Amino acid sequence: MSYAKNLRCRECHREYPLEARHVCDFCFGPVEVTYDYDAIRKVVTRERIERGPASLWRYRDFLPCDADSAIDIGAGFTPLIEAKNLGKALGLKKLYIKNDTVNPTWSFKDRVVAVASSRARELGYDKLACASTGNLANSVSAHAAAAGMEAVVFIPHDLELGKVLGSSIYGPTLVKVRGNYDAVNRLCAELAGAYNWAFVNVNVRPYYSEGSKTLGFEVAEQLGWRAPDHCVVPIASGSLFVKIRKGLQELWKAGLIDEPKTRMSGAQATGCSPVATAWQEGTMNFRPQRPNTIAKSLAIGNPADGYYSLVQLKETGGACGSVTDEEIVAGMKLLAETEGIFAETAGGVTIASLKQLTEQGHIHPDELTVAFITGAGFKTVEAVAEALNPPLEIDATMESFDAAYNARVAQGVA
Amino acid sequence: MAVKRVRFTFPENLIREPIIYRLGHEFRVITNVRMADVDEKTGWVVLELEGDPDEIERSIAWAQERGVRVDPVTGDVVEG
Repeated sequence: MSYAKNLRCRECHREYPLEARHVCDFCFGPVEVTYDYDAIRKVVTRERIERGPASLWRYRDFLPCDADSAIDIGAGFTPLIEAKNLGKALGLKKLYIKNDTVNPTWSFKDRVVAVASSRARELGYDKLACASTGNLANSVSAHAAAAGMEAVVFIPHDLELGKVLGSSIYGPTLVKVRGNYDAVNRLCAELAGAYNWAFVNVNVRPYYSEGSKTLGFEVAEQLGWRAPDHCVVPIASGSLFVKIRKGLQELWKAGLIDEPKTRMSGAQATGCSPVATAWQEGTMNFRPQRPNTIAKSLAIGNPADGYYSLVQLKETGGACGSVTDEEIVAGMKLLAETEGIFAETAGGVTIASLKQLTEQGHIHPDELTVAFITGAGFKTVEAVAEALNPPLEIDATMESFDAAYNARVAQGVA
Repeated sequence: MAVKRVRFTFPENLIREPIIYRLGHEFRVITNVRMADVDEKTGWVVLELEGDPDEIERSIAWAQERGVRVDPVTGDVVEG
């Protein structure tokens, strides 16, 4: 069973039943799931969670669907590693990496889609849909396949082959939409209104976004039931950024951790930085942008939770990094070379922002800091292909190897 | 008749222009301001546009030609 109580508007606090709805009819504010925390407190314990499955469903008491009938392809409970080498390189004494590259479809989207698809099925939907440039499309296609549901996935017409195959292998109806970013976006908003399907990030968005809370739950549990001092999180729609904090606060409300005083900092690519720009200008009114960055998984020019991200930055004393494409590639390489983790471009944004915010003094060396790496590098190989050393090519002789290897050593890059 | 919810974002050079008034006169579209925040440098307005679907699209194209950015109310639908 679920302890979800209702949907409530974040702006005017009007309440609605637990239906497929993402905005308030009166003020157009976003609605989010509320829970019966008194009931949760009576049943939940650290031990109960620790006895649960090694997936996000160990936090079933805090999720808006029945875990016993959930669509479970093993999302969540990913490693939290102490990043000593990267910490040393950046001058941070207690740095951790939350490695969400190892989810079933290699990104954190499996968390949100696991919850959205499960709730969609409970609400009677038999079709899942989304509009995506990669990660979300992969995850919706995989979850629909596992659940025996139909998937209809809309993608821009010029998406890279790897990302297309990463969805089509699961057998969805894949629709390439011709047009620029704005046109694709507007068409998909209309489609979501016209078809009675479960668009995971539109009409079932309140449930979808609850999946992101599980990153907050996991980090606290993996740190020995305590909240970090500082989190650095990539910001696309802003939902992940906001919900990680909600997860930490819910653990506190349930009596499982002390009150979190976590500073929440964001990470954006300069080529799509509506939140970072507003934060730098000291305004709560972000201006939508047309994305132009290699970090396509963060390329949301008009973020649904942009305002709430700015509120959270202010409330927690966080900061927001803004990094160039060159810094993103350098961030990907730095993470790989220090910690052995190959992240996608969004991970490069996070690591480059972590570096930037540390150098600017926003992150203190003694803070227990967690950087969230949300997707795997094999999804965006094009971004780094030209920035890496080419392999040595030799004849099948010792002499040929010695010559090539010594030349590489002489360059100082072996 | 159809109703479309959109978010208009105005650049600084259009803040003083009566764009919504003119849109309602140039096109057979009923405009209904539901939320707004406008200051001296920038501004946004959440609007409901009611009318024939083609006429609504023409009115949106007209606003865009004048430099208004038009987005879905709920933020971007396309995600990473």
